[in-house]
Amino acid sequence: MSSGTEKDEVKDTTEEHSANSDDTSRPDSMSKDEAIKFYETKGLDLSPDVPTKPKPIPEFEKSMADKISSKFGDAIHIDYIRSDRIRVTTKRENIVDVAKFIRDELRYDHAESVSGVDYPDSREIEVVYHLGSYTDEKLGRQIFALATRVPREDIPNPGSDTTRMPSLRDVFYSVEFHERECFEMFGVYFEGHPDMRRLLLPEDWADIPPFRKDFKIKGR
Amino acid sequence: MTTQLPPGMHLETVDDKIMTLNVGPQHPGSGHMRLIIKVDGDYIVSCDPDPGYVHRGEEKMAEYRNYIQNIPHLERPVIHDSSNILYPYCLGVEELLGIEVPERAKYIRVIAAELNRCVYILYWLAIYGIFLGHSTMFMWPAGDRELFIDLLEAMSGARVTHAYLVPGGVRNDLPSNFEERCLRQVAYFEKRLKEYEDIFYQNPLLKARTEGSGILSRTDAIRLGTTGSVLRASGVDFDVRKKEPYDVYENLDFQTVVMKEGDSYARSRIPYLEMFESCRIIKDALKKMPKSGSVRTKLKPNPKGGNDEVYRRVESGRGAIGYYIVSNNRPEPYRVKISVGSFRNLICMPYLLKGEKLGNMPAVYWGLNYWPVEADR
Repeated sequence: MSSGTEKDEVKDTTEEHSANSDDTSRPDSMSKDEAIKFYETKGLDLSPDVPTKPKPIPEFEKSMADKISSKFGDAIHIDYIRSDRIRVTTKRENIVDVAKFIRDELRYDHAESVSGVDYPDSREIEVVYHLGSYTDEKLGRQIFALATRVPREDIPNPGSDTTRMPSLRDVFYSVEFHERECFEMFGVYFEGHPDMRRLLLPEDWADIPPFRKDFKIKGR
Repeated sequence: MTTQLPPGMHLETVDDKIMTLNVGPQHPGSGHMRLIIKVDGDYIVSCDPDPGYVHRGEEKMAEYRNYIQNIPHLERPVIHDSSNILYPYCLGVEELLGIEVPERAKYIRVIAAELNRCVYILYWLAIYGIFLGHSTMFMWPAGDRELFIDLLEAMSGARVTHAYLVPGGVRNDLPSNFEERCLRQVAYFEKRLKEYEDIFYQNPLLKARTEGSGILSRTDAIRLGTTGSVLRASGVDFDVRKKEPYDVYENLDFQTVVMKEGDSYARSRIPYLEMFESCRIIKDALKKMPKSGSVRTKLKPNPKGGNDEVYRRVESGRGAIGYYIVSNNRPEPYRVKISVGSFRNLICMPYLLKGEKLGNMPAVYWGLNYWPVEADR
């Protein structure tokens, strides 16, 4: 008989526990507003993580952006102007001309980094050049981000598919190794680059370019 | 008969005059890397760097972890300089999430970064010494490095991989006797550092081997996009701490060290002279630091970045480190790109070694302040 009472006790505690967990979990039938209220009573803050307060557009950066937009007009799109940072997107056909203008007229002289960003949903890969200047005192704080988008193929064949763009190596010599890295990690072929080989990956790498989003880390 | 080769592989024709040498991949001092060098007699005809033996995909890993979980693994590329490689990540995440850092935390971060810079430069100098066969110069920096490691251990609890800097400040406050201990050890180190001058930098053998070898002109240093001590040894006055001061560097008293020669000797000397400036920064920061207050802004659990991107950079022991972080309203970053000084200086290697004597290779190679693990990420 004693074992029976023990069982009952165990059952009781589980019921209590499940009742508690019901209380803290969110019922499915709530609307969004109800859910926010529900979480607020639990002491959880559901306001957005990033405060969205508009910042004033700095003048020096604005003048730089005006120079480039007056020259190229619709061929470029200014994504943002912030303090010390300008970002411009252009089509891949125009990128060499835009880069030459940035080097000769705006006096940026080297590339700090070349990053690929994969957007499988829009079937595009974005290549972003972050340019800086050593020679011009005024540009010491500045980073100019020049971006372009190239088409992305679902089954990549690096070097022989349409994922290609002109290389900026003749404009900014310093992109040489950065573009090689972008080629192996994203499969973007840079036309006109003198030495478009792999850099970090092994020579016999036979999988898709590993920094694309459809290359998954095992077990994740 | 032509055989179909896998992509990326090529057949090599053998020339009986030119010999190919593989320098590496087993590296005596750090992570692995290989230089494929072609020599004609004693002279290097061409050099093809082959990094990637320690590529661990840090950037890919960062896409699978949230902003806080990313801290410990992002410092792995250069564990001797772990505060400096985490610094731009913290600055970037703070900008992305709109976090304010307490004043005291800013000073503590600068102190941690400068202590770590000394740890890195001493380790680099030790290996530079042993590369050139100067074993005293291996023992001394390796021993003096313990001073800074002890201080960082007192700050963070870990000797090498601290994970001390976090978005929002630092992980914990300084211990109670830290200021007095730090000043005492830094004062001893400054005295000690002067002895390096006599035993190493005025050594006629070192001068004979490094002066005038591997000259990088100012124009080429800019054109190749070099950074850090390589750039400053060629006469370009560029230091991110001065040009784009982050946290409290603009309040602190220090100078950038610039030399005009652009040879291996100048490149080996700049990091040494920078350690004096680091000591100055540490002493100044301890003096100006608020004596009490919060050291960490509390973050929300699992914070989300907006639909935004940032590019932030700092000056590390090997040059500028830039983080490009793209976020898409998720707790994990969408893309993290780490642009490191070692990778940017790698492009100098084929350029400088061409035409150089094979015996000068170690001095030129290690003088570039190149850390293979960091370059591979």
